[in-house]
Amino acid sequence: MRSYISHQIFQLAVVVFGISLLAFGILHVLGDPVLLLLPQNAGKEEFERYRRLLGLDQPIYVQYWKFVSRAVFGDFGKSWYADTPAFQLVIERMPPTIYLTLAGLLVALLISLPLGILAALKRHTWIDSVCTAVAVAGQAAPLFWLGIMLIIVFAVRLRMLPASGYGTWQHFLLPSLCLGAALAPITMRLVRSGVIEVMNMEFIKTARAKGVAEPMVVVKHAFRNACIPVITVLGLQFGQLLGGAIITETVFAWPGVATLTVESIRNQDFPVVQCAVILLALVIVVVNLVVDLLVAVIDPRIRTGA
Amino acid sequence: MKTASAENKVELVTLRETAPPARKEEHGTLRRLARLRWGLAAGGVLLLIVASAVLAPWLSPHDPLAVNIRHRLAPPAWMEGGTAAHPLGTDQIGRDLLSRMIFGGRVSIVVGVTAVLLSTSIGVLLGLAAGYVGRRTDWTIMTLVNVMLTFPFVLLALAVISVLGPSLVNMIIVLGVAGWPIYARVVRAETMAIREREFVLAGRALGMSHARIVFRQIVPNLVSAIVVIATLQVAQVIILESFLSFLGLGIQPPTPAWGNMLGEGRVYMLNSWWIATFPGLAIFVTTLVINLMGNALRDWLDPHMKL
Repeated sequence: MRSYISHQIFQLAVVVFGISLLAFGILHVLGDPVLLLLPQNAGKEEFERYRRLLGLDQPIYVQYWKFVSRAVFGDFGKSWYADTPAFQLVIERMPPTIYLTLAGLLVALLISLPLGILAALKRHTWIDSVCTAVAVAGQAAPLFWLGIMLIIVFAVRLRMLPASGYGTWQHFLLPSLCLGAALAPITMRLVRSGVIEVMNMEFIKTARAKGVAEPMVVVKHAFRNACIPVITVLGLQFGQLLGGAIITETVFAWPGVATLTVESIRNQDFPVVQCAVILLALVIVVVNLVVDLLVAVIDPRIRTGA
Repeated sequence: MKTASAENKVELVTLRETAPPARKEEHGTLRRLARLRWGLAAGGVLLLIVASAVLAPWLSPHDPLAVNIRHRLAPPAWMEGGTAAHPLGTDQIGRDLLSRMIFGGRVSIVVGVTAVLLSTSIGVLLGLAAGYVGRRTDWTIMTLVNVMLTFPFVLLALAVISVLGPSLVNMIIVLGVAGWPIYARVVRAETMAIREREFVLAGRALGMSHARIVFRQIVPNLVSAIVVIATLQVAQVIILESFLSFLGLGIQPPTPAWGNMLGEGRVYMLNSWWIATFPGLAIFVTTLVINLMGNALRDWLDPHMKL
């Protein structure tokens, strides 16, 4: 187990290094910060002065080292727009994003677990076909369109729920439903195939042979084993889930990191964009690590490498 | 004694369980055929969408950019106040929605196909390198794949577009470059498996060069997997392209694209639901038929493929 953990942490370190390179590279290699910062009619001396001021006249690896050694302590520089530290701006917006992601995950599980198990147990019947059809359709629906349709139906026509904003539990319903509905199809298909695979295993036959009641077989023997692939893939999908949360936020004007990022992109406020991108990626990496370890605890075959 | 009876019971149960598979397989074939039919139907619809995008100047009833302030926010023809001249209604400055939708398909299809071609080329080459060369090359490429897969695609696209600035070409580059890891992962795994097969060994023994083995012996075995992923990826890219345009970071107005139409329609959704609904429906139907076609293609080419 210990070597497994250290291997995972080494991998994590490599991925974090890669992400920092990527976030640094996007701004400093693809674009020129000075070009973005100064008006187009600025003189040549002005450009040179700013380049020196920002340390951009130094070799790229020195710049990268400076960037990283500050970033480690949460110093991503000041926002070019709001004159507050970028880190503070992003951290303040983090909780709404995390709540939305968790709420979306919950909705997805509430939809996909019962339907997936049902589809697996009633395989090759009309129930299975309907579930699969809904899943295929759900996978094709663009999230941002789905969100707008939800707003038009529930907020504009029925006037039941707020269309956007943040604060009360009602504000959570539409965004989390939207995000959950986007994640549910793939989760449902995973649950379905997981349960089907497990139901054909020898130990299920043994349980049935022992005379264990069928509901008990499904819940205790099949479902628990079917959970392993579901947890693994959900963990891997967490990045996608957060990506989905980004899209959902922009539709519902949710005051999270994503709306901040989009605003900052519009304002060309790169320290904030950089900081948001790195912190979001860090969250994903840590979640992935936790999921890997969780699966290793549940499934001894993984940690022993069998 | 007790254990013996339990074993008997197990034996009985297994016997009973062994009978169905034959029927199951038959069922599987039927399902595959049914899926194939769906795939063909989906292909037909997709062909219609592509044809309407190609023939847009001749098919669309109006100029997609023609402004007519007097007919602004007209509802679809079947609703009260709608006219047959604008079957799907008009937008906030009186442009014909149907014409804009027909033209909007062009952007989605061009971006979808070119970006996928770009990411396929990058992904397949890197996947082949990782799988065939192995060792350090493999480690480097796979680490890169992990980094890219950790990053949400949306976030990466947003960050790059913010620096490069929004335009059609930039969007194709971003979506193309960001999409390669999935190909690399599949191609690498397959390459590693094929590399150990006897015909490759025979090729080596006959003195074939590495390049020849890779491109004449390994790549042909990967084509079906690549085609299936690429098909499914086109749908993903179309959704992402529309999202970027929706945010105003993709195709810039007044050029019609499904994404920016949806974004403009959002402002008017309180009273004029059609402006946002129809372009979204177009994206939905297009991605749906592409997905259905991709699934059918997978079943047809190789039903055992795990993608």
